[in-house]
Amino acid sequence: MAVCVYRTSRVLVQGITGKEGSYHAKACKDYGTKIVAGVTPGKGGQEVDGIPVFNTVEEAVKETHPNVSLIFVPPPFAADAILEAVGSGIKTIVCITEGIPVLDMVKVKRVIEKEGVTLIGPNCPGIITPGATKIGIMPGHIFTRGSIGIMSRSGTLLYETADQITRAGLGQSTCVGIGGDPIVGTDYIFWLKQFEEDPETEAMMIVGEIGGNAEEKAAEFIKSGAIKKPVFAFIAGRTAPPGRRMGHAGAIIMGKSGTAESKYQALREAGVHVIENPGVIGETIAKVLKEKAII
Amino acid sequence: MKLHEYQAKEVLANYGIPVPEGRVTYFPDDAWMVSMELGLPVVLKAQVLTGGRGKAGGVKIARTSDEVREIAQELFGKKLVTKQTGPEGVVIRKLLVEKAADIERELYFSIVVDRTTSRPTVIASKRGGMSIEEVAEKYPEDIIKIPIDPVTGFLPYQIRRLKYDLGLMAQEKEAAKIFSALYKVFVEKDCSLLELNPLVVTKTGHLLAVDAKMDIDDNALFRRKEIAKMRDLTEADPDELEARFSGLNFIKLQGNIGCMVNGAGLAMTTMDIIKLAGGEPANFLDVGGEATPETIAKGFEIITRDPKVKAIFINIFGGIVRCDKVANGILQALKKVEVKIPVVIRLTGMNREEGMEILKKSGLKFYVANDLKEAAKMVSELANNGGEKSVVEAKKVETKQQNEKKEK
Repeated sequence: MAVCVYRTSRVLVQGITGKEGSYHAKACKDYGTKIVAGVTPGKGGQEVDGIPVFNTVEEAVKETHPNVSLIFVPPPFAADAILEAVGSGIKTIVCITEGIPVLDMVKVKRVIEKEGVTLIGPNCPGIITPGATKIGIMPGHIFTRGSIGIMSRSGTLLYETADQITRAGLGQSTCVGIGGDPIVGTDYIFWLKQFEEDPETEAMMIVGEIGGNAEEKAAEFIKSGAIKKPVFAFIAGRTAPPGRRMGHAGAIIMGKSGTAESKYQALREAGVHVIENPGVIGETIAKVLKEKAII
Repeated sequence: MKLHEYQAKEVLANYGIPVPEGRVTYFPDDAWMVSMELGLPVVLKAQVLTGGRGKAGGVKIARTSDEVREIAQELFGKKLVTKQTGPEGVVIRKLLVEKAADIERELYFSIVVDRTTSRPTVIASKRGGMSIEEVAEKYPEDIIKIPIDPVTGFLPYQIRRLKYDLGLMAQEKEAAKIFSALYKVFVEKDCSLLELNPLVVTKTGHLLAVDAKMDIDDNALFRRKEIAKMRDLTEADPDELEARFSGLNFIKLQGNIGCMVNGAGLAMTTMDIIKLAGGEPANFLDVGGEATPETIAKGFEIITRDPKVKAIFINIFGGIVRCDKVANGILQALKKVEVKIPVVIRLTGMNREEGMEILKKSGLKFYVANDLKEAAKMVSELANNGGEKSVVEAKKVETKQQNEKKEK
């Protein structure tokens, strides 16, 4: 089992002829992901590493029946690319693009909510089920199949966490980068539900950061009793100065809201195992799970 | 990107939103002349890109010609220290001189994108003039929140409701026009914040935007060229600007450990773990997805320029950026930029072995750490013990760790 994407997922790559698109389409294919088609307007009829390229998503869907789209389209056109995928009936979309205007995402969010589309990202590394399928830009070899589900707002921090979990002798069921922008397609709650239902996942890890209140909302949801499996969490940016955007558009402390402290407090009150030292994420998870006799 | 008040008011005026008569000035004489043209009394307002101006003494009313001169002399060149600037403050270089308004009452109006609902949201209150956080705390019942559907826009019934709630029955037509124009500005200029505090009702019964704050979404500047041109670089930190032009994301902090990291989340985490290990980060630096030898060299250059920096921590998790490439970049950078302080390197992820091999063969001096915890400890000790002097000590730590590993 896995979460959201599977070995059988048929993936379309939008922006496949670009530098990043072509490189990562190949890397995903090499990992075992079924990349069935690519789209770049004006480049229809070409091939990238044996993958057929179409002018429109509609055409690609008709010919190759993808059910997931992976998007590498540049920021000015990325929102349109997402909506094009939605318009052609694709229900799972992974958008890697960083730098999409917020008001574009306001419209996208409105549409995906109405159409019941799962949008992962934007501004994210994608999603991986180790050993089965990789739909994104993460280095595949640092992941090991196992029982921990990871959800992260940051890319490299997702790698760091997965790596520590692997080194601690554990593995990951599915790892997802939910994105570092103020408006993203899915929140922690969506993934908490997915991991709770997934028989392979035995514990979950929230990798959060300062800004917004996604972690507080996740804490509220966990507190309501909806999640029975153990949840761990780390929040990046405790030492970040307020009012400054820390790289990610969404990572900013405004006034008193969005601080690491408020997130830690909410998570702690919800019974989440809070890991405040990012150097011991892997070993802490292993230790707690052993104590609970889960592993 | 933040706009100055005078810039925001220019934009608003173009949309037919009434703002006080006034002009931005650059010299005391200039300010005096504008005040004579406008007629007394006038308000002199420091144009600085930070909040809390008023409380810090950056906004003053002048009733006489002499007062204008006095206040202008005082404010120009003054260091304004507000809650947001930190102790170093910001120097006042521009003053907006405006005709003082006859104020009947003050309202609050803003539009933001609410991250929880993913919708633009109008926030308004009868209690203008004080910070909205303060209103939220003391009079939560006086805050009006109206989420706007991006497809339909700010609808007439929502505007009507706002007018009634703010008690603007007498200004019915005028208010409707102004509110819908404000939403238009928000959308057409890709604002992340548009705030009028206060929006006032004058003694003659008209609405007037006495203050205006406008933040623009950086991601949208590519399509808002007219706004991008307004960027004021004089208040930005020169190192931060230089980094931005080189494609680096750099923020200066107060500590003594220079950091170079790939990825924003990992860069923040690196700062956090340095602090936990007893050190103080000197900066946030995300070299981004495409760390080339040039960008790494630039990073070194900017970090080492800060005399406070006593040690450098390079933390790279190879993904899109492969470790061997980064190692080559570090070598090239160290040849270009002379680094006299200890450098701790932690490389992991894609092509780690190749990267480490390149570093070992180079003959250059640096410390290698295997994981985040170890690296943070090492670099904090190096920095706290006064840089170069502690090198011997750190070597001991390193050998000790190697011995421990051998024993294992």
